[in-house]
Amino acid sequence: MVTIGAVAGGTARDVVRAQLTGRRRDVRGVMFKVALQLSLLTALLILVVLLVTSLVEGWPVLSGRLGEFLTSRTSTQPGDAGISQALKGSFWIGVCVVVIAFPIGIGSAIYLEEYAHKSRLTNLIDLTIRNLAGVPSIVFGILGFAVFVKTLDGFTGGKTLLAGGITVAVLVLPIVIITAAEALRAVPTGIREAGFGVGATRWEVIRSHVLPYAAPGILTGTVLALARALGEAAPLLLVGAVLGRLGSDPGWFDAGQLQEQFIAMPTIIADWAGLPQQEFKGELTAAAIVVMLVVVLLANTAAILLRNRYEKKRHGL
Amino acid sequence: MTAIGTLRVSDLQATPRRKRRNSIVRGVFFVMALLSVVISALIIVSLIGEAWTFVSQVEVATLWTDQWNPRQNSFDLRTIMVGSLIVTIVAMAVAIPVGFGAAIYLSEYARPRVRRVLKPILEILAGIPSVVLGFFALSFISPDLVQRLFSDANLLNMLAAGIGVGILVIPLVASVSEDAMRSVPQTLREGAYAMGARKIAVSTKVVVPAAISGLVAAFILAVSRAIGETMVVLIAAGTGGSARFTSNPLDPGITMTAAMATQARGTDAVRGADLAFPSLFFVGLLLFAITLGLNLIAGRVVKRVRQVY
Amino acid sequence: MSDVSARTEPVQINPPDSEVADIEVLPEQMVFRVEGLNVYYGDFRAVRDVTIDVRQREITAFIGPSGCGKTTVLRCFNRMNDLVEIARVEGTISYHGVDLYEPAVDPVEVRRRIGMVFQKPNPFPKSIYENVSFGPKVAGMKDNMDDMVERALTRAALWDEVKDRLKSSAMGLSGGQQQRLCIARTIAVEPEVVLMDEPCSALDPIATARIEDLMQELKNDYTIIIVTHNMQQAARVSDRTAFFTAEVNPESDTRTGILVEFDRTETMFSNPADERTENYVTGRFG
Repeated sequence: MVTIGAVAGGTARDVVRAQLTGRRRDVRGVMFKVALQLSLLTALLILVVLLVTSLVEGWPVLSGRLGEFLTSRTSTQPGDAGISQALKGSFWIGVCVVVIAFPIGIGSAIYLEEYAHKSRLTNLIDLTIRNLAGVPSIVFGILGFAVFVKTLDGFTGGKTLLAGGITVAVLVLPIVIITAAEALRAVPTGIREAGFGVGATRWEVIRSHVLPYAAPGILTGTVLALARALGEAAPLLLVGAVLGRLGSDPGWFDAGQLQEQFIAMPTIIADWAGLPQQEFKGELTAAAIVVMLVVVLLANTAAILLRNRYEKKRHGL
Repeated sequence: MTAIGTLRVSDLQATPRRKRRNSIVRGVFFVMALLSVVISALIIVSLIGEAWTFVSQVEVATLWTDQWNPRQNSFDLRTIMVGSLIVTIVAMAVAIPVGFGAAIYLSEYARPRVRRVLKPILEILAGIPSVVLGFFALSFISPDLVQRLFSDANLLNMLAAGIGVGILVIPLVASVSEDAMRSVPQTLREGAYAMGARKIAVSTKVVVPAAISGLVAAFILAVSRAIGETMVVLIAAGTGGSARFTSNPLDPGITMTAAMATQARGTDAVRGADLAFPSLFFVGLLLFAITLGLNLIAGRVVKRVRQVY
Repeated sequence: MSDVSARTEPVQINPPDSEVADIEVLPEQMVFRVEGLNVYYGDFRAVRDVTIDVRQREITAFIGPSGCGKTTVLRCFNRMNDLVEIARVEGTISYHGVDLYEPAVDPVEVRRRIGMVFQKPNPFPKSIYENVSFGPKVAGMKDNMDDMVERALTRAALWDEVKDRLKSSAMGLSGGQQQRLCIARTIAVEPEVVLMDEPCSALDPIATARIEDLMQELKNDYTIIIVTHNMQQAARVSDRTAFFTAEVNPESDTRTGILVEFDRTETMFSNPADERTENYVTGRFG
């Protein structure tokens, strides 16, 4: 293929130059690259279109009566309908997730990463957690209905906010465990060894050295889990989220509402989207979506930026 | 100061208080970890009870009719399973090209600065709740896309729902695939470049085959997620609690998940000999088994990747 | 092929043979002329002012302690440094009179003529056959692949060992066999030059010996440049040797590689001109 014979210097150079520069245009390569860029662009464009559509569709409500919208109750009249009860419902579900899923999830992760020896039991637990993370959310809804609504109805009061909150907390529990465990695994062993070296017990080492180091990663994971929890509708529907008008309207921090019927942001969106009236299924749903997206996307962005900043700092050490 | 030679064992032990605290803490964390097993068991138990009621009392004939209508004692499994199948296939047709394409670009072509900006945006896309996509499918994809292309399509149709689910799943496909490709050692790429291969050949003939296990895992996880999706279908393909059997994506349809969700809305009203309520649990058990199986396979496939290198 | 026992003796230091003068080198026998080569990673200068010639069908060795830019320079010859974002090359490397870094030159065509074998064997996780056929396939050399594969494996002294299991995975071969496979797939595209970046450093002594023998055979058809940590290897195998070392930059506490001396191998090892070379080859440092 390469034939550089013993010819006078000038001609050899010309031959070589022709071979090295006379490439055929790499059409396939360019086309492939463009196709890939289009895929990426499509994914990003969809995000933009989604946000813009929702914003545009919901604009009449958002610009016209935002304050009322946020503070009004559900109503059969589109002009009076608002999301205040849904906001409260989502707020209290968030509280349940923080109170239930965070401690139990982080505690489980600490046990699995710091205390447990490799045994068949720990392998089972590990496998179980990974599988639970992949179970469809509606199956958790069944669990919620059968256990938290029916069986434990003395504690929860039946189809109540509490039952919904516990159900969603259980739903995101595996995610909290997995991300917290990863954050703990990323802590260098040297830090633990230094702690043990001065004669601390395991808990003291964890509390004073490991947890602070892993805190940003754990925080990121929990924020992502919370954002996920706030967007879940299916399990809440099964646990008895009300569709249509909701009677009760307690104050924001009245914990009594945990034992009452409820709605939440995702369920009101699901409800309104299916109503026949155009105002409901159009601008009101879109406006509610914008409000929910603001919270959820902000939380996601904050968590991801935080994680990236801490990863960069770590590697710069 | 203790004189040398008079060291006692108790000098080398932590104080009882510290030891006790350590044990208590350890015990608490252990119980928490055990909770996940408890939850799994609870799911299975809560499903099996009523599901067994259904299985033992159902007339087999009702499982093969032309519609899924629990209120009227018609439990055609084909309807809901074909519904799930159609939505999943449409979703994969959307998510796989876009997701893989984005992943290959980010892994092999994008400059580090570009990747640093775009990858987080993709991760943010992953946080969009499914109800939002359901609304988007109903109010935008269906009228402006599907009905424009297929004028005889219903406003509520499985195609639009499938596209919505596909969009939902794109970040998952992109993320897992990209990780799989990034973990292919650089020296493999260099070997190929050094032989005079162009980037397209290196990407498609060296990197993708080397990362194939991770890519298959991404696919399986995406399928599992698509099958388990409820809200998009409920909003955009919704038929209420019942549906006739259809294999036409332009028709409204019902998936296993939507069947469960719509069934739950009226559970209080119906009880007794009616099998509508237990059917909910039966379908749930089916769904749990399917997604569990898929996730186990995906996990097994990923494990094989680690062994190649 | 020389027998292994000769290798256990120390390097022979012969008196310079002053009667054999260097033949006047014709321009066409010069494969590479490098002039004033500088390589930067961002603002950091990794290699400074290298000027060197490489002659056809000779083995040229780059020796020196680690971290003095030998591999960086080697990778300039087939434009592998293009793959590193922040790498920048200044100066000229002409290949048969053509500057390799001219804008019009296609690095892919360069690499088809100037192949590379890496430090750690890196076969594709595919079959032995597919490893060897990959290069010709992407180069568009479609005809008679079976013959090509056999020829390449034979030239790499691997054919007899694998001829019955061409379809089996390359990952099942031993380290030495994998490296010979990498050599086979490199020469399957019929390059003119083969660059070798410490090809034996990950191998045991017996595998190393086989590859050194192989190099002597390959020399008849290919021009070879080898980077090696092992100066006895350079003395055994190469025709010409270039000695590199690193300068420490006091302000930034970094090291920049420089070329100290370049000459025929016998001269470099028996009568080097530079004191630093002499210190290195006699083991006084490095």
